[in-house]
Amino acid sequence: MAQLAMFFKAENYRHSAFVEGLRDAAPQAPGVAAWGLMIGVAMINSGMSVMESIAMTLLVYAGSSQLAAIPLIAAGAPAWIILATGFCVNLRFMVFSLHLRPYLMHLPRFERVIHGYLTADLSYVLFTRRFLKPSSDSAEQQMQTAFLAGNTFIIWVSWMVASLFGIYLSNFIPSTWGLGFAGTLCLVGIFCSLASTKMRFFAAGVAALTAIAAYQLPLKLNIVLAIGVAVILSMSLERFRKHPQGNKT
Amino acid sequence: MTFFEGTDVWTVAVIAGLTLVTFITRCFFFISSEEWTLPEWAQQGLQYAPIAAMAAVVFPEILMQQGHFLQTWMDARWVGALVGGAVYFWKRNVLLTIVAGMLAYLPLHVCLAW
Repeated sequence: MAQLAMFFKAENYRHSAFVEGLRDAAPQAPGVAAWGLMIGVAMINSGMSVMESIAMTLLVYAGSSQLAAIPLIAAGAPAWIILATGFCVNLRFMVFSLHLRPYLMHLPRFERVIHGYLTADLSYVLFTRRFLKPSSDSAEQQMQTAFLAGNTFIIWVSWMVASLFGIYLSNFIPSTWGLGFAGTLCLVGIFCSLASTKMRFFAAGVAALTAIAAYQLPLKLNIVLAIGVAVILSMSLERFRKHPQGNKT
Repeated sequence: MTFFEGTDVWTVAVIAGLTLVTFITRCFFFISSEEWTLPEWAQQGLQYAPIAAMAAVVFPEILMQQGHFLQTWMDARWVGALVGGAVYFWKRNVLLTIVAGMLAYLPLHVCLAW
């Protein structure tokens, strides 16, 4: 597995910042594990085979897009719809990568891509909270990279162990207990972590209303539509607030 | 439950595609080594797209029942989500969000069948 190369690269894991990254992410690990466990159970309960569920866990490594894709796979939706839905749910990662770019560009491409692939929501939030600015000093860059490796390592491990355990446990947990709701709650957490400005609250409100109003659309297209409407209205409102008289710049 | 039982090529292909989607979205801006910037309208759009996507997934999950908006306020999901969200803003911790939300949700769901 390519990702293991990054965790076990000596200049990362021997660095003191690797342990610091581990410690910083450790309090979040049980939450990640609960979410991974629930996704593991959900995959099997939807009718995916054990082999498919294990492959999805090890490869896709993105809980929110897995959660969105699972019912679509079960319903036999067209592949492009599943991939488009996964892409839309993952759009936030594109924003993260834009933000992380200056932190990682000193690395060779292979290492950048592996770090990027491993940086899920919590690692991004923790990393950018710890390092407000990218560095141009190479010792400090090394420190930041080691911190990120430690951070993503503990989150990756807790996700994988819990999710594989969930695949194993799925036969013993009846869905009537409502444990699947833990997954929704994890999305609520991600949602709240993104709700940082008034304009983003506005975008969220528009998207929520559109997604509910257009719920009857087939193939979860209401999600794609809601994103489109929210982005267009938010950008228009932002432009209007900058130029209330309609002045063109 | 045998290992490969029910495995089909189509599902495996979709999984491969979703893997690619994870790679592309998480690495989008550092795949290329060239110096370049995104047009301003796209940068603006990216400010709003992620939270819109989350809202579009989460709110129907909480407020819809069998394809319709909730017909009764006696539903454990919105209570659990509200409690979870409040705890997130208070503690900024995903585990506490899940635990608090489940503590609000499970008694209503299991005992009162909300």
